[in-house]
Amino acid sequence: MEADTPLRKTSEQKVHVKSNLSWAERIPSKGWLVLSLGTAIIFWTILSFIPSTSRSFPNIIKVTESIGTMIQRGVFWSDIASSLISVLSGFLLGFIISLPVAVLMAWYRPIRLIIEPWIQFIRNIPPLAYVPLVVISAGVGRTPQIIVITIATFLTMSITIYQGVRNIDPTLIKAARVLGAKDRDIFLKVIAPASLPFIMTAIRLGTAIGLTSLIAAESTGASAGLGMRIRALNNTFESSSMLLYIMIIGIIGLIFERLVKLLERRLTGWQEKKEM
Amino acid sequence: MAGKERNVKVKIENLHKTYPSRNGEVTALNGVNLDIMENEFITVVGPSGCGKSTLLNIIAGLEKPTSGKVYCDDQEINGTGTERGVVFQQYALFPWLTVKGNVQFGIHLQGIKGEEADQLAMKYIRMVDLEDFVDHYPKELSGGMKQRVAIARAYAANPSVLLMDEPFGALDAQTRTQLQEELLHTWEKEQKTCFFITHDVDEAIILGQKVVIMSARPGRIKEVVDIPIPYPRNQESKISKEFLEAKNYIWSQVYKEYLEVRK
Ligand SMILES: Nc1ncnc2c1ncn2[C@@H]1O[C@H](COP(=O)(O)OP(=O)(O)OP(=O)(O)O)[C@@H](O)[C@H]1O
Ligand SMILES: [Mg+2]
Repeated sequence: MEADTPLRKTSEQKVHVKSNLSWAERIPSKGWLVLSLGTAIIFWTILSFIPSTSRSFPNIIKVTESIGTMIQRGVFWSDIASSLISVLSGFLLGFIISLPVAVLMAWYRPIRLIIEPWIQFIRNIPPLAYVPLVVISAGVGRTPQIIVITIATFLTMSITIYQGVRNIDPTLIKAARVLGAKDRDIFLKVIAPASLPFIMTAIRLGTAIGLTSLIAAESTGASAGLGMRIRALNNTFESSSMLLYIMIIGIIGLIFERLVKLLERRLTGWQEKKEM
Repeated sequence: MAGKERNVKVKIENLHKTYPSRNGEVTALNGVNLDIMENEFITVVGPSGCGKSTLLNIIAGLEKPTSGKVYCDDQEINGTGTERGVVFQQYALFPWLTVKGNVQFGIHLQGIKGEEADQLAMKYIRMVDLEDFVDHYPKELSGGMKQRVAIARAYAANPSVLLMDEPFGALDAQTRTQLQEELLHTWEKEQKTCFFITHDVDEAIILGQKVVIMSARPGRIKEVVDIPIPYPRNQESKISKEFLEAKNYIWSQVYKEYLEVRK
């Protein structure tokens, strides 16, 4: 069935080219990942030996051991869970709000002209700066954390989705109209699917922003959480555990990105351009 | 073709269109009058910027005239309508839909669903010879194949008027010739009123029963030339006496307009 499709042909060509490639291109991407990880560990180990950096970079063994320490203290899992809850609920709220706002901005010029400057203005302010204001109104606990992350993710996602909706090829809308589409059809059958790639990009950016605002969010007097713990560990100079926690945030970020990529491939595989 | 009694399908009456621009107004159409007969194949040539696309968009209902009227089946045109289909130069396929999904788009909007919609779509996919690519996405198709899908999609919505704005303009010469023949055959089989814009005089003559020459500025119809080449037409028609005569004449007229633009 697929034997004579143009797509198939290009992949065959690629296979053909591959046979006379340089050594660098012969290593599979999995191999490169292992290599990359290996060199990172080597660098890390070197840093742990250099006197001026060794206190910030305890070696891999110490960091691994600190997992046990944190579990014993009974905070390891609750910190991860707490941060995940904050990031995911903040992100989800931000996403739910940004969708209609983005569509309204793209659809109605006055709304865009009024709201867009606000968003651009607030977007440049680091979340840490407005944390105290949030705490004054929302108190301490889970609520202010979620609010901070919601704000941060909303700002980025609404702009990304809005730009996507605006950049929809107008001939697609014309094509739908001449085929008999009414406003409702245009929205559901053209605008919605056409903006899906941008929505996916927004989700990717949103989860990343959610994580990077974690420290700010958890400086609202949180009682658990990765960001809150890093600050607490700072008071006792426990650099092994700090480095561990920092790396856990990074790993969570990677997992998020993987999941979104997977979703992206399933939902927007029809796209012309391939993501680099 | 000739001799049969035919009705006026599309009537264009004293059409004017101006666009606002930074320094005043741009006149795209300045008093266009044209009658398009039922099942007639009309091709339109003219220098770039003379208002061909503007005229097509107004007939399609995608744009409003500044003044003047367009009637389709004696009804004044006010917005788009499924009796007028459009094929765009840049294909305008929905990239998230397969070939079948694209062809079914208009069918579904007409409330036809399920098996019936499938069969209808397949009929038009077969018409453009793409039955092996039913489940492919547009990104997996060549330019010529994409335009075939766009033609099938327009046909599937069953319009009585087909408006085409340089549909083969982006294709290479060989694919272009092939699609011209296919379009001719399709039209000979399932007649529709066709309004076809092109830059290519050969294409205008081989496809058209009439060639409309538009003048540079202001956008008006300069002349309508009858093309007496008999049907069925094919590439061999391009060496017929009628073809060469028409080509000579139309070329010289169009060339005058090009010179006009450059002045
Ligand atoms: N949306 C618009 N806004 C302002 N001016 C426009 C617009 N559309 C067309 N025009 C102007 O109207 C004139 C006619 O444009 P049109 O696109 O109809 O020409 P055309 O004959 O189709 O040209 P081409 O052969 O290059 O496609 C041009 O001068 C163009 O600049
Ligand atoms: Mg044009």
